[in-house]
Amino acid sequence: MAIRWGSYKVRGLYDELIRVAGKPRPAAAALCQYLRNLSDREIEEYKAAAEMAIHLMGVTFTVYSEEEGSIDRAWPFDIIPRIIPKSEWMQIENGLKQRVLALNRFIDDLYHEQQIIGDGVFPGSLLKNSVNFRKQCIGIDPPGRIWAHICGSDLVRDKDGAMYVLEDNLRVPSGVSYMLENRLVMKRVFTDLFENQNILPVDDYPSQLYDMLAALSPRAVEKPEIVVLTPGIYNSAYFEHAYLAQQMGAELVEGRDLVVDKDNCVYMLTVEGLSRVDVIYRRVDDMFLDPEVFNPESALGVAGLMRAWKAGNVALANAPGSGVADDKVVYSFVPEIIRYYLNEEPQIGNVPTWKCVNKEDREYVLEHIAELVIKPANESGGYGMLIGPQATQKEREHFKKLIRKDPRNYIGQPLLTLSTAPTLVGNRVEPRHLDLRPFILTGPDSVQVTTGGLTRVALRKGSTVVNSSQGGGSKDTWIVDDEGL
Amino acid sequence: MLSRVAENIYWMARYIERAENTARLIMVNTNLLLDLPKAGQLGWQPIIEILGCEAHYLESNQDYDERTVLKYLISDTSSANSIYHSLQLARENARTIRDIIPREAWERINGLYNTAKATVQSGYGRKGRFDYMQNIILGAQTITGLLAGTMLHDMGYDFLKMGRNLERADMTTRIIDVRSADLLPEHEMMTPFENIQWMSVLKSLSGYQMYRRTMQERVNRPFVLKFLLKEKKFPRAFFHALLEVKDCLKHLPRNEEAIELLNDVGKKVLRADQAILQQEELHRFIDELQLGLADIHKVISKTYFRHPVAE
Repeated sequence: MAIRWGSYKVRGLYDELIRVAGKPRPAAAALCQYLRNLSDREIEEYKAAAEMAIHLMGVTFTVYSEEEGSIDRAWPFDIIPRIIPKSEWMQIENGLKQRVLALNRFIDDLYHEQQIIGDGVFPGSLLKNSVNFRKQCIGIDPPGRIWAHICGSDLVRDKDGAMYVLEDNLRVPSGVSYMLENRLVMKRVFTDLFENQNILPVDDYPSQLYDMLAALSPRAVEKPEIVVLTPGIYNSAYFEHAYLAQQMGAELVEGRDLVVDKDNCVYMLTVEGLSRVDVIYRRVDDMFLDPEVFNPESALGVAGLMRAWKAGNVALANAPGSGVADDKVVYSFVPEIIRYYLNEEPQIGNVPTWKCVNKEDREYVLEHIAELVIKPANESGGYGMLIGPQATQKEREHFKKLIRKDPRNYIGQPLLTLSTAPTLVGNRVEPRHLDLRPFILTGPDSVQVTTGGLTRVALRKGSTVVNSSQGGGSKDTWIVDDEGL
Repeated sequence: MLSRVAENIYWMARYIERAENTARLIMVNTNLLLDLPKAGQLGWQPIIEILGCEAHYLESNQDYDERTVLKYLISDTSSANSIYHSLQLARENARTIRDIIPREAWERINGLYNTAKATVQSGYGRKGRFDYMQNIILGAQTITGLLAGTMLHDMGYDFLKMGRNLERADMTTRIIDVRSADLLPEHEMMTPFENIQWMSVLKSLSGYQMYRRTMQERVNRPFVLKFLLKEKKFPRAFFHALLEVKDCLKHLPRNEEAIELLNDVGKKVLRADQAILQQEELHRFIDELQLGLADIHKVISKTYFRHPVAE
């Protein structure tokens, strides 16, 4: 017996699979039992089988450098899944739908009457400083007044077991292809587990994405032309762009494949001639989308795209300007945003956040800086952050100065202890911290959430950094039907 | 089909074919030098001339020493004809269309590039050259076969075939040209060896057996020329390659201009009379054919890859 749950230490942590040493949570009981019965050799075999499967499919994960050969960017994959009971997931799902609905209303309001500012709920001064507010989008009505069609929200669970939203990615969130591939690997390797358990499927995502995009088409045609716009083969998410295009049967295009003609419609350059495009799932950032309007140097975009979009001749997902709702200061207002537009209480919480723009909050942050995490509004990927408990006195003083100088740009949050899940280290299991990124699709008439999402795990002991570039890996995420458990 | 994708497929095929043909060209000349009397040999200069890269070659090289020329033909990264550079460009093009070509084909292209690069030294000297060139030729043939056997035979495949056949037709004329170069009047001493030389041309195009079966004639100049230029059924013959391109064009929209041009070049080659194709005439005639191919390329490129609205 290689895996002994009795010696798996969870004290002071919330573990996703194990309640206390030796005692699995109900939804994980069958899995833990199964794993306990594996010999060292079987574990080795399963690991090798998973690696083989990834290698075989993984040819597609590979990213190429311009100079030489290939750099394999395949994420390390841990074969022990993370499990969430369906009953809990339903609540999370509802909370996410509510959140994204409110965020879309918020974005639409900001580009129109700005009632939320007029009503004094959201300070107008914050908008003036926002780097992601695009004045070029003011007054535009995208189909169904939906802006953020594809949202990836990062969820974390604190040691008390509560799930929080850590951030919403409303621009070009990535990672969904890993969610799909992880499941494929698991089904190849652990066929017997899938036979005996009620694990909800994830593989309808590409068709849901297709349906959502098709619903945005400005032309009422039977088969609208949908394309995926990629920055090209050197983009780190190129594999995902190609994968989704292929799965949807959509054309994968680069900016140079598209052109906006005098009629303000978008066309693909094909061997048959010009071919009209209805919907663009764009994976290019706002600033590079249209050199006429945004960065004039951009070679990744399409000149005139914004004209075509304003004229309603093409749909863009996500709509340009959606990013206004994903900076960290806006994030801190999401509970108020939900109450304001939907007149409901948030069903899934934010991490408690002090907004330095408020005098009281600011004083609290300055006083308690040694206990808090300080984040700037518009950075992502952990840049420009202060982790109070781990910082030196000098660093803390430096941040106090920064906050006083530009309070709008900073928020403070308590340092969470992210939940863990058993992860293979050699042939033994040890707890490792993780998060979860579900994807929410919003079309004119429907909102859908992936079943689970992408679980990212910090493979280094004690680390809470789950990013792939910094020692992160991923796990399959199982939503297990727990009725009757 | 996106124009960019079609263009990438077309060039991928051209560069794979070019790598193979450069290898064949090197083999034919290597064999000639072995067969002919040492006095009066033209060495490697004609090859550089035939490839039309004399000026470029002389930028960085002083003489036509065998090893220097071979280095240039095999691994010079700035030469449009070197084997290594052709494979590199084939791979670049293949990489952007990995969702179009079968994975095995991509792996073979990548593999051929890697081997060609790793063993590049062995082609410089005569000792390892045969194996090196054989490896390139077989590698390219494997890729061609894999694509024929596994790729969707849709419009993309038409562009692949057009690229391959235009490149092939072009190189067949160049390989014939190697002969016409050292059969110029000032090299009269080579005349007794003429038939041996034509035989080696056929062999370099894997065409000796096919010639025997088709022509039922002993190897001599007029029949070899007829075979390599006009034979419909031999895959490396000029006319065959033209017919292949025409076949592909028939599947494509807006093909009128390209087909008309192609018919002109086809008529020209069919009307050519071997009797008048003496050395110097042959050389000029081949220039004409090559210009014809370049024009066909231009029309294909203009019709399918370039769009006035995007310029």
